[in-house]
Amino acid sequence: MSSAVASPLDKAVGFYQAPIGKKAVMAVTGVILFGYVVAHLLGNLQIYSADRQQINQYAAFLHDPSHAGFLWGARTFLLAAVLLHMVAATQLWIQNRSARPVRYVKKDDVPTAYAARTMIWSGPIIAAFVVFHVLHLTAGTVLPLQELGPNRPDVRANVIAGFQHPAVAGFYVLAMLLLCLHLYHGVWSMFQSVGVSHPRYTIWLKRFAALSALLIALGNISIPVAVLAGLLTN
Amino acid sequence: MRLILHIWRQRNAAETGRMVRYEAPDVNPDMSFLEMLDVLNEGLIAKGEDPVAFDHDCREGICGMCGFMINGVAHGPLRGATICQLHMRHFRDGQELYLEPWRARAFPVIRDLVVNRSAFDRLIAAGGFISVSTGSAPDGNAILVPKESADRAMDAAACIGCGACVAMCPNASASLFLGAKIAHLGLLPQGQPERAGRVQKMVRQSLQERFGSCTNIGECEAVCPKEIKLEVIARMHRDFLKAAWSGHSAD
Amino acid sequence: MELNSKTPTGPIETRWDRHRFSLKLVNPANKRKHTVIVVGTGLAGGSAAATLAELGYNIKCFCFQDSPRRAHSIAAQGGINAAKNYHNDGDSVYRLFYDTVKGGDFRSRESNVYRLAQISVNIIDQCVAQGVPFAREYSGYLDNRSFGGAQVSRTFYARGQTGQQLLLGAYQALERQTAAGRVQMFPRTEMLDLIVIDGQARGIVTRNLVTGAVESHIADAVVLGTGGYGNVYYLSTNAKGSNATAIWRAHKRGALFANPCYTQIHPTCIPVSGDYQSKLTLMSESLRNDGRVWVPVKKGDHRAPSTIPENERDYYLERRYPSFGNLVPRDVASRNSKAVCDEGRGVGETGLAVYLDFRDAIERLGAHVIKERYGNLFDMYERITGENPYTVPMRIYPAIHYTMGGLWVDYNLMSTIPGLYVIGEGNFSDHGANRLGASALMQGLADGYFVLPNTIGDYLASHRFDAVEAGHPAVREAESQVARVTRRLLDAKGSRSVDSFHRELGKLMWDYCGMSRTAGGLQEALSKIPGLRDRFWSEVKVLGNGEELNQSLEKAGRVADFFELAELICIDALHRNESCGGHFREEYQTPDGEAAREDNACSYVAAWEYRGAGVAPELHQEPLYFEYVHPSQRSYK
Repeated sequence: MSSAVASPLDKAVGFYQAPIGKKAVMAVTGVILFGYVVAHLLGNLQIYSADRQQINQYAAFLHDPSHAGFLWGARTFLLAAVLLHMVAATQLWIQNRSARPVRYVKKDDVPTAYAARTMIWSGPIIAAFVVFHVLHLTAGTVLPLQELGPNRPDVRANVIAGFQHPAVAGFYVLAMLLLCLHLYHGVWSMFQSVGVSHPRYTIWLKRFAALSALLIALGNISIPVAVLAGLLTN
Repeated sequence: MRLILHIWRQRNAAETGRMVRYEAPDVNPDMSFLEMLDVLNEGLIAKGEDPVAFDHDCREGICGMCGFMINGVAHGPLRGATICQLHMRHFRDGQELYLEPWRARAFPVIRDLVVNRSAFDRLIAAGGFISVSTGSAPDGNAILVPKESADRAMDAAACIGCGACVAMCPNASASLFLGAKIAHLGLLPQGQPERAGRVQKMVRQSLQERFGSCTNIGECEAVCPKEIKLEVIARMHRDFLKAAWSGHSAD
Repeated sequence: MELNSKTPTGPIETRWDRHRFSLKLVNPANKRKHTVIVVGTGLAGGSAAATLAELGYNIKCFCFQDSPRRAHSIAAQGGINAAKNYHNDGDSVYRLFYDTVKGGDFRSRESNVYRLAQISVNIIDQCVAQGVPFAREYSGYLDNRSFGGAQVSRTFYARGQTGQQLLLGAYQALERQTAAGRVQMFPRTEMLDLIVIDGQARGIVTRNLVTGAVESHIADAVVLGTGGYGNVYYLSTNAKGSNATAIWRAHKRGALFANPCYTQIHPTCIPVSGDYQSKLTLMSESLRNDGRVWVPVKKGDHRAPSTIPENERDYYLERRYPSFGNLVPRDVASRNSKAVCDEGRGVGETGLAVYLDFRDAIERLGAHVIKERYGNLFDMYERITGENPYTVPMRIYPAIHYTMGGLWVDYNLMSTIPGLYVIGEGNFSDHGANRLGASALMQGLADGYFVLPNTIGDYLASHRFDAVEAGHPAVREAESQVARVTRRLLDAKGSRSVDSFHRELGKLMWDYCGMSRTAGGLQEALSKIPGLRDRFWSEVKVLGNGEELNQSLEKAGRVADFFELAELICIDALHRNESCGGHFREEYQTPDGEAAREDNACSYVAAWEYRGAGVAPELHQEPLYFEYVHPSQRSYK
């Protein structure tokens, strides 16, 4: 083999070529997206605030023109993370499928691994939901959006109006259940992929993953449920 | 007891195979699974049909030669055991069983239930050793190994190289096998000097052999006859990332 | 033929050193010009191939399994002896030497055994450096245990998988050399003949087990590390594939076969459960440290063991051998099991088993301690028998386990064919008539890592090796011999499977040449074997062809050799008019039923020369001298 010093770019390419490199990229982007999901949930839960305008003030803060650079920066960053996550996942999936060209006539699965085996399906469905969700509540393509003023969306009204459509609420709930499944495996998997594992701590990592996935899904699902149950009204 | 067997029959690597139905009319519950196949084969030979080819050797669960899928599970329904240690008392009278060879691009079928696992040897040859030539070793007690490290290294070193992990993995990944060797050697002080290079070479070889990659599903751990833990895969990931981060080159 | 053992003389402590100094060396630059064939990849073959490659020789290495890591050394459970004296309990090289000569019932060469004891310490060092995860104490130092009745703690172990871990160490060293291009590995390839040119071993003929291709491989020396021949008995603790074909075909090419009747029976195996039984599983001997062996006092007592009161149990080992009790050596324990079963006091459905009972140990130490010590063995027992040994005593019975006999080799491990070396269980050398526990691993690795790599250089440096053409008459002759045997097996087109013949042969050998032997029984066996062999050749049914993976054909070739070897075992057993170690002749016993050696008449190695099919083999004797350990009757009372 050549003894020439590899450039950082060569090294990065070599690193990414290895499946573990791709998994590390997925783990890091996964952490970013997990952080985003948590932050998004905290934002959403402001809808329960006694101060009915709190969530709208939060939205106004984010949409303030003086923060536009930050907002678009964050959006680009998140989009890049999503793309990297999806590209790496797809590449691994293709590679892994070709590792078994002849399928089993009969194959049994280990039941606990259900979430792990379905990552490749829960992921794209969640992605499709995200597109719908943006079209619905950010772009206003699905339903007309209410505004309190320029760059001041009436988030509360829009959410409640949207979730009064059972189909919209239903898709939302389904997506959150899949997100729960995705995170249940993904959050633990992030640690495993970057090598954080120890006989004593692994069980806690798994519990953390399960608990956080469950809380995130429940927190989000509570909103359409509350709307449909008439607990959240304009 | 009586069993219905559907067995993958394939004459050689070039021909295509198919499942063939057999009846095993007189199975004794105290037989091992392979002894049941021995009896089936005796019957086939008597009828002038080719016996079913399957790999086996020690028949006590340590050589790693035997192994195939029984109803879609590597080594069959008994956890922590190879097929040669699986006895017929674990099956029901009248049960239908599907026997298929390990399936992976890296493990081509040779005949019936026999596959070629030489890829595993090449993974070890890529770096699964400590480079010490005979005669150069210091006294055994000159290298102290904490008991916990020795015990955990032994847990990983128990791997018998049967290939069940690859066979069961939806991705046909060899990560449990690789991780077991990397953990075994990486947990010992003797294994430290080559640790960074070892993981990179072995991972690269695994890619060349066309094994899939780990997506942390855990089916390998569930069927491993030596109950090797997923933790070894995390160790391999950690070693790999560390080596890559520190700019260590495999060559 | 004059047998020259080339054993050095002078003070035993320095024999190996002086001998090594007297050996010629191969110039480092010339080593790569020599090709050495190594057949077998167990502890002996694997370690030899790796070490020779490290030295710079070109190695071609063969195994019939799919990977060199599968050789049956992998199944050794207990441990490996070494005279480290880490425990300060009085061990020394000399004591290990003494114990091994005595344990071998004074039928081994003192020089070889002393060398083995010396090298034992280097083996541990080497294996530790390779990363073998030996058991450790909390301090990080190596742990030891006493094993097989030894009075000192000299056994190193890696859980119950010592053989596996040592083999993986050798295998990894071998793979390292394979990657370096110095070893060419041929898995799923079986040696079927030896090529001898001008009296020198110059190669082998092999069959590729996947394609059926018959090929010749030429080299300057051939090393056989192909293991023992316990599968002559069909049921044994050996792997199903373990066979004698390599050593037997070398024997037919002129290598003498030494002491074939020395077969070791292991006392603690899981008994046979039915006709379908394909092999016997050994339970580690360490179980006898805490388990008590007994049978009912009354014949035909079929009560459940727990309901048999204490005074109706016969703890026969403790009764007969008060000082060693349940820890008597393997041969003694085995014979006593057979004796009580022959009396009709055996237990289980077949009456061919004795109890190994942990009730008292569990009461004394608690089930958790027993679980810690033997948990995996208990699990294995339960998996196989479906019985829980924590509550029901284990049933055990002896089984063929190891063969001390093998091809005759000199002190350099060379057979009577120049250039043919035999190492590990395949040779006859170090264990005499009985092998002690934890000594097989020691011998295999001593031969492969340390002895052979030193001695083979002397031969290579002092001989000329002319190029051998592919069409050389000797090569052609060996290839056509192989083809002839294959064709004969396929063309027999009889009505019986290979296994059915193998079972029949095994039963015959176990009945007449098993744990105890008589002249009458051996003559009976010798009168029956040729007929059975003839029927095998005419009635065997091998389907398929020779140009594919054909497991029946592989077995048929091996069984054909077992038939011939079985006859030699019986001839040797009949000629050895004494009882020693694994060879017990009922005519030769002390008044209280112990083995009686005949040191004046029988203190020699019996090396048999093949004289052709149907011709009686010729006996050559190598006298044994005991200058340091003087023959005495072994007493475990």
